[in-house]
Amino acid sequence: MLDRDQVLHVARLARLELTDDEVDRMATELSKVLDHIEAIRELDLDGVSPTSHVIDIVNVLRADQPTPSLPRETILAAAPEPLNDGFGVPSPGAA
Amino acid sequence: MSTGTVQYEPVIGLEIHVQLSTRTKMFCGCELSFSDPPNIHTCPTCLGLPGALPVVNEQAIHFGIMIGLALGCDIAERSLFHRKNYFYPDSPKAYQISQYDVPLCLGGHLGDVRIHRVHLEEDAAKLNHLGASGRIHGSDRSWVDFNRCGTPLVEIVSEPDIRSAEQAREWLILLRTTLRQLGVSDVDMSQGSLRCDANVSIRPAGTTELGTKTELKNMNSFAFVAKGIEAEIERQKRLLAAGEAVVQETLHFDPITGSLTPLRSKEEAHDYRYFPEPDLVPVLATEGMLAAARADLPAELPAERAARFERELGLHADTARLFAFRAELGDYFERALAAAGANGGAGLEPAELSNWIAPLTERIGSDADPARSKVTPEGLAALATMVKAREVSRDAAREVLTLMVSEGGDPRAIVEREGLGAISAEDDGLGEIVDRAIAADPDAAEKVRAGNMKAIGPLVGYVMRETKGRADGGEITRLIRERLG
Amino acid sequence: MSELIDLTAAQAAERIRAGEIAAAELFDAYRERAARDELNAFTWVADAAPEANGQSGTPLGGVPVAVKDLFCTEGVPSQSGSKILKGYRPPYTATVVAKLAEAGAPLLGKTNQDEFAMGSSNENSAFGPVLNPWDRRRVPGGSSGGSAAAVAAGLAPWAIGTDTGGSIRQPAALCGIVGLKPTYGACSRYGMIAFASSLDQAGPFTRDVHDAALLVRHMVGRDPRDSTSLEYPGEIELPRAEDLKGLRLGVPEDLTGSEGGIEPGVRESFEATIKLAEGLGASIEPCRLPHAPQALSAYYLIAPAEASANLARFDGVRYGLRVAGDSDLVTMYSRTRQAGFGAEVKRRIMLGTYALSSGYYDAYYGTAQKVRTKIAEDFRAAFEQFDFIVTPTSPCTAFELGAKMDNPLAMYLNDFLAVPMSLAGIPAISIPSGLSQGLPVGFQLAGPAFSESRLLDAAHALEGAIGFDGRQARR
Repeated sequence: MLDRDQVLHVARLARLELTDDEVDRMATELSKVLDHIEAIRELDLDGVSPTSHVIDIVNVLRADQPTPSLPRETILAAAPEPLNDGFGVPSPGAA
Repeated sequence: MSTGTVQYEPVIGLEIHVQLSTRTKMFCGCELSFSDPPNIHTCPTCLGLPGALPVVNEQAIHFGIMIGLALGCDIAERSLFHRKNYFYPDSPKAYQISQYDVPLCLGGHLGDVRIHRVHLEEDAAKLNHLGASGRIHGSDRSWVDFNRCGTPLVEIVSEPDIRSAEQAREWLILLRTTLRQLGVSDVDMSQGSLRCDANVSIRPAGTTELGTKTELKNMNSFAFVAKGIEAEIERQKRLLAAGEAVVQETLHFDPITGSLTPLRSKEEAHDYRYFPEPDLVPVLATEGMLAAARADLPAELPAERAARFERELGLHADTARLFAFRAELGDYFERALAAAGANGGAGLEPAELSNWIAPLTERIGSDADPARSKVTPEGLAALATMVKAREVSRDAAREVLTLMVSEGGDPRAIVEREGLGAISAEDDGLGEIVDRAIAADPDAAEKVRAGNMKAIGPLVGYVMRETKGRADGGEITRLIRERLG
Repeated sequence: MSELIDLTAAQAAERIRAGEIAAAELFDAYRERAARDELNAFTWVADAAPEANGQSGTPLGGVPVAVKDLFCTEGVPSQSGSKILKGYRPPYTATVVAKLAEAGAPLLGKTNQDEFAMGSSNENSAFGPVLNPWDRRRVPGGSSGGSAAAVAAGLAPWAIGTDTGGSIRQPAALCGIVGLKPTYGACSRYGMIAFASSLDQAGPFTRDVHDAALLVRHMVGRDPRDSTSLEYPGEIELPRAEDLKGLRLGVPEDLTGSEGGIEPGVRESFEATIKLAEGLGASIEPCRLPHAPQALSAYYLIAPAEASANLARFDGVRYGLRVAGDSDLVTMYSRTRQAGFGAEVKRRIMLGTYALSSGYYDAYYGTAQKVRTKIAEDFRAAFEQFDFIVTPTSPCTAFELGAKMDNPLAMYLNDFLAVPMSLAGIPAISIPSGLSQGLPVGFQLAGPAFSESRLLDAAHALEGAIGFDGRQARR
């Protein structure tokens, strides 16, 4: 069902650098799971509306009132690379 | 096919992002901020901490509905939020909460450009780049400031109804004025609260099939929008003329060089994997919400105002649009018009009054608000009325206006003080001066007598000089022709 | 000491209220047991009883609670069983945990779990597997295996966990205790590190049904920070029923038939419990849930799809693990996530990403959502004829460590009887119905949305008739 190229494509989308072994294993395992799942595509679901939520509520809205923010030192304490009072990352523009 | 003689028609659609001026962010209670120290307006939600959840800001929905109503859109009875998945450091959850297939507003139009859709979403964080230039290319490290992250955004997508760069610029100004008047945004392009991307394609004039389009980004001023689109139209024309094809791509406009550079193709391979945001429930535009939005709409929107200026007041179409799109000019004009009416106005036509706005803005700076100048609308109305009543010549009135700009005051008093009142044939011996002019230049007089009206110039000029511009040009011409006719 | 440990939470709260024992004394007794944990049930244990321990006046009396690792607790490790969050201490506390603390159930410790709640055996934890107190060679079930094992072994008086597709009910069944998955939306999800947002729901693990009612009544309620949380209609009542007179129980043949792979010992215990229910006055009839057998497939598309987005935030930028910080951005992302996530999490991220990807959405995710609609309709129809649907909780008893690790599909089939209720968002409770070859078996009752009080009442009556003795696991 899923070949290596598809696995690699999905892994790129998901930002996972899989090992070679994992790519093969993933192709086998996911294919097996998808085979099982395929069954639902045989159901007659014409005219059935999708459920993304079981709860039937609408308009859960918040008043436009400020609430306290977190102190900068608190949020930066967890940062792998604090930089200039912010969160350092490899520059997306770097070669 | 020979392309040498093909005329191309540009087809342009705009995508505009507008930061809403709510107090707090789209999905959390952090305050909006501009130019505050980095990372002081964050919380678990806008920082994408594990376990945090979004809750929709009701004021953002209110503003969204107001915009939809102002643009004549259909407001969706029930709209949804989706997750748009992509990895980038400015996106803390690695998905943006945005509206996808069921946006808040659909259809509508602004002026003669149709609106495709209007939807709500959240803004990204700000990515800063280390290094001297502060720009992304050549920088090794970047750092993220999440203050802006989660600011409510409205995305307005037009239909591809725009046919020139200048029309795009003008329409964008109309949109800005409209949004400003709604009070929903600062709409400041230099601050990024109004951002514009353009989809540009060209096609042989007279055909209806759309050409391959490119997307232009980062045009952060009205002038750059026009410049960028113009440059892209020219680029596409050159490509087609050379027998090459336009490639669908995203181009980055460099305001310094005016050039367009393609964004790296790797960034382009997007598969956003949209799906309904399970952390939020649908938004239902209730009668109450619609009524509240309607109640907050201004009595008249710029597009309607332009139509009224043109149709009811008889202003020139360009003037009507200018006054409507730059609301401060329209407001000033309408106050002057009211003052002129209150003073009898001497039959002053609105169009005649409108002609005095341009001379005023020339004197105070073209972007300045005349209401902040020393010239009151009443004063300008009085001056225009004096000209209409021939109490002061047009040229003298311009001099008076210059004085009003520098010192303020009543035009009548200035005219009196400076002795700039109009000279009329009956009272002030204008006829005698005309006689002298004819005597001083018999050649010209002879030509005029022979029917060459171009020769009248030097005679009029003589009179103007003699009267220091206080005589009315039309009156002088009439007197000369009376004598030489 | 052992006397203290044998009290149910409600009994302990009552003793504290009466001044017979001090809350701090109880806390310390459990803290010491938790600290000596040999089951690997805890990933963190409190140093000392909380300062303000004048909790005798509170409804939960100061009886401490063990909390699944994925609930954020301010300043306390909250790692969701993942290497990518190793050592992460959040700056805020989950609503449910805060509510319990306020009601008088302070935090005893954080419990081990399958990484990001993905698993049915607790073997997918970056902090090692949890052992089943009934047999240490066996799994406790998952994903809330630490919470289940801790309560079963008497390392905690009670605990909370989360259930996405059985992650409370199945480990409760395998550990011989009570586990309740409330109605979706009853408890706030704010501060729960998300697995599948439209399914995740917090719930209690307790030794008996009464404790479950007592704990869950202080967990529910609308939270302005969770848009999908609902005002609970009324209060959850403490159960009193001793019989099941007039109740109609439906046995869904679509689930309990051959397809479910129910082990003989489990079936035996289930049928014996059905007999007990009849003896208590219930009527038992077969019922239809025609789409329920497809629930597992729908679940294994919907949950991974949502998870693929929920877990995208673990990118090495703001918190948690970072690998290859000196390389380019995409490499940093890809190596961080590759190193930080375990095999099962990666598998589900891949599955979910694939199900949502361009060209496959309608065939997979879209179809699964339609199946979900049909499953909810099936239950609605069934509840017009029946008060509750009953099934075994899990097709099997606790299996040996490693037995299913190489076969993801076999592992997923453990959830066959649990996921239909998750997709329908309805409450379901698992109570121990007896032993099969020395291992606990769970009996599941499911009711319509917000039927928790009635469900607990029925479970209470059955519990009395079953007379399960869990002391053996608390040695």
